[in-house]
Amino acid sequence: MEKEFIAKLKEILEIEDRELNLSDEFRTYEEWNSLAYLSVIALFDEEYDIQIEEVEFKKLRTVGDLIAAAQNK
Amino acid sequence: MAYLSYKGVGISAMAAAVPRTVINNYEYTQFFPKEEVKDVVDKIGVFERRFTDADTCSSDLCFAAAEKLIADNNIDRSEIDLLVFISQTPDYRMPATSVILQHRLGLSNSTIAFDINLGCSAFIYGMTVVYAMMHQSGLRKALILDGETRSKVYSAKDRRTAFIFGDAGVAALVERDEKFGESTFSLNSDGSRENLIKINAGGYRNPSTPETLQEKVVDEYGNIRSEEHGYMNGGDVFTFVNREVPRDIKNMLEYTQRDKDSFDYLVFHQANNFINTHVAKKLKLDTSKIPSTIEKYGNTSSVSVPLTIVSELKDKMAGEKSLLLSAFGVGMTWATAVVPFVDLKISEIVEV
Repeated sequence: MEKEFIAKLKEILEIEDRELNLSDEFRTYEEWNSLAYLSVIALFDEEYDIQIEEVEFKKLRTVGDLIAAAQNK
Repeated sequence: MAYLSYKGVGISAMAAAVPRTVINNYEYTQFFPKEEVKDVVDKIGVFERRFTDADTCSSDLCFAAAEKLIADNNIDRSEIDLLVFISQTPDYRMPATSVILQHRLGLSNSTIAFDINLGCSAFIYGMTVVYAMMHQSGLRKALILDGETRSKVYSAKDRRTAFIFGDAGVAALVERDEKFGESTFSLNSDGSRENLIKINAGGYRNPSTPETLQEKVVDEYGNIRSEEHGYMNGGDVFTFVNREVPRDIKNMLEYTQRDKDSFDYLVFHQANNFINTHVAKKLKLDTSKIPSTIEKYGNTSSVSVPLTIVSELKDKMAGEKSLLLSAFGVGMTWATAVVPFVDLKISEIVEV
């Protein structure tokens, strides 16, 4: 799940040249923007059947937080 | 959960009008860098849309569509007993635009005329109102006129809305005829989401003042708009749609005992390509049956469902066709319909 999610996140952000860590604060990535946000919530819906609203999403800071939220059925 | 059903009433002819001015979205770069615009445009899949000039209103687009409809189908104006105008961009705050159109179209003073203000799902809502009235004895023919000039609603300096919306108007003729089988509708509302898409000022809760017209930076991304521009929380709209729309469609299929593959066409509100593709994938729909106009007309709000029928299904509606219609938007409201069409006559799109 962890590896799979990180692979999908890298695909969304078009990151190929480096690995992502669970402790990374994803909003600090140069590749992060409002379009990436849409793709990530689409990923949540499509792969994990989680519909997350902005107010909840804003509380997530790290890649690990994203994975925890995706698992939180 | 309530479903509305009607038999023996249907839309027999449709026409549409769009402004002649084409906006090429890749070149809509006066306020944002070209590369950023390209990323947004590729994501939402709106490559072109149409904008009216300052003097043209929704009603002018609907008037042109209605004149085309009347001419192409030799409709006797004296037989039109009901005119419903659907829009959130009316000519005035009063009187109702439908009444102005009654006179402008040369319809009689016994015409029943009123407006419906609702947003993107309003055409489907409007169909139920008109079908209900036509279902009674007494009325001969009805016109649904649905127009929007969303280009005048949103700020060109707010990237959350600047590239999505376009203008258009449609006219639909509703008649009572045994040939029309059963139409079934599901209409829904959730006012707890009123803040997802909104124009905050200019009504009576927050009346217009010099301050409400003042443009200002509204978020950390530097988007600029006034309180009288529309705004949209696209992310939460997306999440809301993913939760509610597939569920409403599944429930409708179950209620009507229909398979998703049994329809000739499935016509969705053209919100943006990102949402529409996602919903189609989620429901595992056959995309060859889903006509799209998002790439050339953008999101025209309540007009998008009927405009997509006029634009994409012309010459494809001979005989009996079964369509599933789905729309959602501001409110929030959302609607699903299973509707039969029989030899639907579709006019060429008029440019105004």
